[in-house]
Amino acid sequence: MFDAIRSNKRRSAFLVAGFVLFVVAVGAVVGYLSGGGPFSLLISAVIALAIAWGSYWKSDSIALAVSRAKPADPETYQRLHNLVEGLCIASGLPKPRVYVIEDIAPNAFATGRNPRHAAIAVTTGLLDQMSRVELEGVIAHELSHIRNYDILVSTIAVTLVGTVAIMTDLAIRMMWWNGGRARRAGDRNDSGNPLALFGFVLLLLSPLIARAMQAAVSRRRETLADISACQMTRYPPGLISALEKLKADTTATHSASMATAHMWIEQPLSGVRDEGRLGWFHRMFDTHPPLDERIALLKEL
Amino acid sequence: MTWIIVLIVVALLLVYVVVTYNGLIRARNTVDNAWSQIDVQLKRRLDLIPNLVETVKGYAAHERQTLEAVINARNAAMSAPSDPHSQAAADNLVTGTLKSLFALSEAYPDLKANQNFLNLQEELTATESRVAYARQFYNDSVLAYHNNLDTFPTVIVAKIGTFTRREFFEADEAAQTPPSVSF
Repeated sequence: MFDAIRSNKRRSAFLVAGFVLFVVAVGAVVGYLSGGGPFSLLISAVIALAIAWGSYWKSDSIALAVSRAKPADPETYQRLHNLVEGLCIASGLPKPRVYVIEDIAPNAFATGRNPRHAAIAVTTGLLDQMSRVELEGVIAHELSHIRNYDILVSTIAVTLVGTVAIMTDLAIRMMWWNGGRARRAGDRNDSGNPLALFGFVLLLLSPLIARAMQAAVSRRRETLADISACQMTRYPPGLISALEKLKADTTATHSASMATAHMWIEQPLSGVRDEGRLGWFHRMFDTHPPLDERIALLKEL
Repeated sequence: MTWIIVLIVVALLLVYVVVTYNGLIRARNTVDNAWSQIDVQLKRRLDLIPNLVETVKGYAAHERQTLEAVINARNAAMSAPSDPHSQAAADNLVTGTLKSLFALSEAYPDLKANQNFLNLQEELTATESRVAYARQFYNDSVLAYHNNLDTFPTVIVAKIGTFTRREFFEADEAAQTPPSVSF
């Protein structure tokens, strides 16, 4: 467990350092192409550091806001609060903040930078469909993420990957629309749009960036969290039947986005069972091991 | 030169002893804190009972026997000496009487629909599992503490302070034998 914590802290540091380097490099290239020179480099360094700072201190609020999570009222969500408190006693963790998301798809995630600054969010669909023991299994899984500091890496990744995604998007648009400079064909007098080339490179690089993120939020930690969850509840059948219910459910979690996909207990976007021509491509970007594998592993306990 | 080496070795040893000692203290404090956590949860459960009894009285006042049994068990638990054994015994009595109270509520649809009753039932169920979890955490931390105490070379450092072993919490015999079911 302590190994997992140390490795997660190390991964987080690498992730942030890699991100800062990447943004500064982008700034340097843009500066070189557009003739801005060292000024652009300086600006990109400031932006990179600001985002890196924000990704540590503010990522959890961002992740919660992006998912439209609202604080769970202790009266209305009495059972949820009770389950979280009970499991915190079992694991010796401080009680995290509890959030609810209005979404019929059953799903949940944990976020924060350390156990003292952590939050758990569950969808209303999860609360409606799961029995007490099943819900307990899911919450124990999320608390394990908190205890192992998985939340630190995954939450930082939300901000950083989100930023890279926005940058890629911007660059691609500039590539298609030529930065708004050419209104009609024949309007353009200069030969090229340097940002377009850059956007094209970013477009090529984005799968690589996605892979890097996957390395950071490895699929193995889901399995690890499943096992520690059973250590917490001492009742594997609860989590097993919860995962089986998640498997049977086919609704996509609308509150999830590409940037937060890796945080949820079940892969929120379609992909896992994708067949067809692009199936292998989607599977490459899977953030979670297949539920069947996870269930089979728990049954061996 | 040899002096420096000796000095460094002694300094390193000292650091090791301090770190290990502090680790043992921390483990022991965790155990004691975990134990008091059980008390807190047990107390919380007892505090919920008067409310529950009042609510049930409003619907099933004539079930005096069951209600009185619950009250008596609660009072006995309140005044029970704080050693693990008598506490566990008193607590088991409370659990038993509460069970019959909830079984009784099945016969009163109005009571079962009462929001206050439902809330109390949820709170009691949750607190009961909290007691179980607190005990589980206590045992986990005792195990970690003992592992720390008994392994080499920590066992040498442990001789410096008075690190007494702690008792595991064990479920009583009634809870250990599976209930017999006959049709």
